[in-house]
Amino acid sequence: MFENMENIYLIIVLAPLVGSLIAGLFGKIIGRSGAHWVTIIGVAISSILSMVAYKHHMFDGAEVYNQTLYLWLSSGGIDFEIGFLIDPLSVTMMVVVTFVSWMIHIYTIGYMHDDPGYQRFFSYISMFTFAMLMLVMSNNFLQLFFGWEAVGVVSYLLIGFWYKKETAIFANMKAFLVNRIGDFGFLLGIAAVLMTFHTLDYATVFANVGDHAETTVMILGDEPWSLMSVICICLFIGAMGKSAQVPLHVWLPDSMEGPTPISALIHAATMVTAGIFMVSRMSPLFELSETALSFILIIGSITALFMGFLGLVQNDIKRVVAYSTLSQLGYMTVALGASAYSAAMFHLVTHAFFKALLFLAAGSVIIVMHHEQDMRKMGGLYKMMPITWLTCFIGTLALIGFPGTSGFFSKDAIIEAVHHSSLYGSDFAYYSVLIGVFITALYSFRLLFMTFHGEQRMSTKTWKHLHEAPAVVTVPLSVLAIPSLILGAFLIGPMLFGDYFGNSIYVAYSHDVLSEMGQDYHGIGGFLLHAFKHPLVLILMSSGIFVAWLCYIKFPEFPEKLVSKIGFIHKILLNKYGFDDFNQLVFARGTREIGQVLWKIGDEKIIDGFFVNGAARSVQIISNIVRNVQTGYLYHYAFAIIVGLLVLLGVFVHGILN
Amino acid sequence: MTLSNLPLLSMLIWTPILGGVWALIAGDRQEETVKFFSFGVAVLTFIFSVILYCEFDTTYAGMQFVEETRWISAFDIKYHLGVDGIALPLIMLTTFTTILVILAAWEVIYERISYYMCAFLILTGLMNAVFMALDAILFYVFWEAMLIPMFLIIGIWGGSNRVYATIKFFLYTFLGSVFMLVAFLYLASVAGSFNIEALHDVPLNLTAQKLIFVAFFLAFAVKIPMWPVHTWLPDAHVEAPTGGSVILAAVMLKMGGYGFLRFSLPITPDASLYFSDAMIALSLIAIVYIGFVALVQEDMKKLIAYSSISHMGFVTLGFFIPFSIFAATGSSSGAIMGMEGAMMQMISHGFISAAMFLCVGVMYDRIHSRMIKDYGGVVNSMPIFAAFMMLFVMANSGLPGTSGFVGEFLVILSSYQASFWIAFAAALTLILGAAYSLWMYKRVIFGDVIKTDISELKDINSREGFIFVLLAIVVLTFGIWPAPIFDIMHVTVEQLIEHVLQHKVIG
Repeated sequence: MFENMENIYLIIVLAPLVGSLIAGLFGKIIGRSGAHWVTIIGVAISSILSMVAYKHHMFDGAEVYNQTLYLWLSSGGIDFEIGFLIDPLSVTMMVVVTFVSWMIHIYTIGYMHDDPGYQRFFSYISMFTFAMLMLVMSNNFLQLFFGWEAVGVVSYLLIGFWYKKETAIFANMKAFLVNRIGDFGFLLGIAAVLMTFHTLDYATVFANVGDHAETTVMILGDEPWSLMSVICICLFIGAMGKSAQVPLHVWLPDSMEGPTPISALIHAATMVTAGIFMVSRMSPLFELSETALSFILIIGSITALFMGFLGLVQNDIKRVVAYSTLSQLGYMTVALGASAYSAAMFHLVTHAFFKALLFLAAGSVIIVMHHEQDMRKMGGLYKMMPITWLTCFIGTLALIGFPGTSGFFSKDAIIEAVHHSSLYGSDFAYYSVLIGVFITALYSFRLLFMTFHGEQRMSTKTWKHLHEAPAVVTVPLSVLAIPSLILGAFLIGPMLFGDYFGNSIYVAYSHDVLSEMGQDYHGIGGFLLHAFKHPLVLILMSSGIFVAWLCYIKFPEFPEKLVSKIGFIHKILLNKYGFDDFNQLVFARGTREIGQVLWKIGDEKIIDGFFVNGAARSVQIISNIVRNVQTGYLYHYAFAIIVGLLVLLGVFVHGILN
Repeated sequence: MTLSNLPLLSMLIWTPILGGVWALIAGDRQEETVKFFSFGVAVLTFIFSVILYCEFDTTYAGMQFVEETRWISAFDIKYHLGVDGIALPLIMLTTFTTILVILAAWEVIYERISYYMCAFLILTGLMNAVFMALDAILFYVFWEAMLIPMFLIIGIWGGSNRVYATIKFFLYTFLGSVFMLVAFLYLASVAGSFNIEALHDVPLNLTAQKLIFVAFFLAFAVKIPMWPVHTWLPDAHVEAPTGGSVILAAVMLKMGGYGFLRFSLPITPDASLYFSDAMIALSLIAIVYIGFVALVQEDMKKLIAYSSISHMGFVTLGFFIPFSIFAATGSSSGAIMGMEGAMMQMISHGFISAAMFLCVGVMYDRIHSRMIKDYGGVVNSMPIFAAFMMLFVMANSGLPGTSGFVGEFLVILSSYQASFWIAFAAALTLILGAAYSLWMYKRVIFGDVIKTDISELKDINSREGFIFVLLAIVVLTFGIWPAPIFDIMHVTVEQLIEHVLQHKVIG
């Protein structure tokens, strides 16, 4: 059945697109159930075929597939093509994306049940799946950029899905614009790649990358910069936008204004990890620039640590999960910086499942609570929603890296990898991710305790109406809980220390922290044992849980007392370190002020007022003066003739004399 | 008789002009007949251009379908027409846009509909002629004649301040073209002919080239328009009726770009090289400065007008960046990419600006305001319209997958080869373009309904829907598969680049 894989790949990409178009264009005709059936079937086909492709590549040992689909355009002798590169890296992403998307399609039936924009929502999320697949399956930078921007647009549409909500339509514009800042860098990176390699095709670029390892360029003055550093940092700026790294992270918390299923799908599991995927895909480039790697390491650790702190003070259940996503993306970025691309991808995969799970669980709580998101009005829910509670608990364990869960393996691998790294900034990164472990455990269990345990803080009327969510919600939760729990144990051996990624990820010998770790790796038992032998991480994690228990179960009045004592720190955290205020003041207002000045003064006063109308006025003034000459009196004209004659005669005589 | 034997070019000029004259004669008493007739003429003209495309030989760089007859023998002025890979896409854009504006007027123009149709049909013929003329004087005649219908369109069917706008428009563009005429006369005195292809090969010293370049610059920079001679455009757009804005933005601005390609670059290559840095600087100012100005506009039409100027910055950047690329890399590959990207930007901007002005027109027909503050929450009553406008707004901000992306992408990629900082400044459009487009969309379309007349809005009817579907198809098709447009222009652009990168200075 595999002789014609090309068609299979095409169907994987196009099935969600077709579903999306049918649901979007004919939503009224096919009705609500028609819309969810057509999109779910589309994404299910895509998901199942992705698994077939996965098996084909990972178990049957198929060759890497790298083929052009069609010629987009050719100009100046350079062919820009659309095509697929299917290798271990892309099939892994394809399976994760389509599977999570599939579960979320099903979950949406329950979550969006009463929404008037039901068909539109299904159309959007299927469109997203298409765009994300284009991104991960691409074999060139052009299509990568297409997918990159297309997921951004769908994200924009979905954050602003409830378009009447002022906060939602502010958040979606903010998300798009902040992402565009990232894309700005990304596009310059692509331009540099084209100039250097005369092609945008991955394979050709990676094959010739060695020729440019030492090339330098002048960008600012006469200082030579490493070309690879310029390319990599530009590309990484794109990743900072999409994967929400400080300081381009500001859009992600606000994106929670969108419906919860897309927070799970786009803003946790898939789209925000596109940056991580992209850097892994570009590993042959990044490996040539230690400057870029250090930059990534530092940005990642700042994000991992400082965004975690913000999760501590949020009361909106979705925002806590959003900040934890930021922090976890920071972990993945740190792994990239440490050249542990496989570890980053590993964490990306496990995170996709457990974070989608956590978001969907939060969403389940939110619908049951009639769109209440404030955790201060929850508590004790575990009695009423046992499945949601259990799955959320599993997700939380995975998130904090509880031994044995998926998250444990992937996060511990990152911490270990950073520990082995010797790049500039790796010490800072190591301590950041360590402290991050404590913080993660603290805010995660805070969420769990405030929502599901402790006293019931909602009104009795609400409490009486509480019930477990419907099956379309609990089934996806349960399905996602399984990989959150066990996937890590299966993947760690091959993915980190085996030949899982084959040639799709390249690590320079001197950076290869994972192979260093691999020498001590003797199966998952050994890995677990190692964690207990060097229990620093576990101690940090358990103390996080313990502190959460103290603060939110044992002495629930304590946090408030603490806040009153260290109010200013609390305020800084609530203000999110002032990033939003700063951007609002400097960028949002600044650009408008510049625009006003250029318009009112540049265009209206100077160009129009002075030059254009000024020219018209000068003509008027001059003609007014000249008009005075034409008096109509004969003796005036006669006088003028005589004067003229005298002047001309004078010139003539003067000429003769000389 | 085969299709290729037909005088296709003359048919493209005279069919709409004669159609327009008939519409005028028929008069307003037969309103319905005039409308259908004009639509028929527009479609027929478009079909002629499709035949032209089919018969066009994409492997031949020179002029095709050439027609040549004596016109004013005393001065050796000829009725001399021809198309190459640069003119053909622009002609197709013109004939396509004509169909749109005629449909757009259908239920909207009540007064003197036959005059209106006449003006647009004649304008179409003249614009086609401008892209085909191979005789400098013929070109000049059509170039100036084109102003008359446009002047009337704004002056008769325009808004309240139309007199100021028409005069500003007329004087601005007329002033520019007078210098062009002087340059033509000088060139003909040197070359002994008004044949444009002959003018390309005329040897000129640098001073003469510089003066001619400046004369051409005044004509074309005003038309396209470039900063700082752009201020007529927002005024003209604001006062023009929807159809006028569409034609103005979609086709007439491209005359300036076409002029640079047909005259400035090939006739004065050394002066173009000499001035290229200044031209690049002006283009970047247009992209960035005007981007900021667009951001703070309160009038939707002004906003789109400014956005057009900013997009035209990419066109002039793509036209004048080849010199720097060639100097930096020594290869013409990037130069070709920049110029083809600029051409693509012209075509794509034709579709997108037409779509944007039609969107504003649809709202204006219902609410009679162009001000952003008078809108809010339009999506609630016009969801289908909102979906179309979303697509066009995204195309306007250069989204990959729409035609708006292709040209900007190629120009940015190629300008990087000249300098990191040129690409840096040009790429700012990614942020600015998205900011002004989406911010406008947010304030106009999204949100809760702000007043009752918005909640009572009727969504687009089938006529408006048809126009938008046509535009959506071209915007998406050429975004997903732009290759056909590039195939038309490859050999012509390559030949042009080769010609332009050689020196022709004498003495």
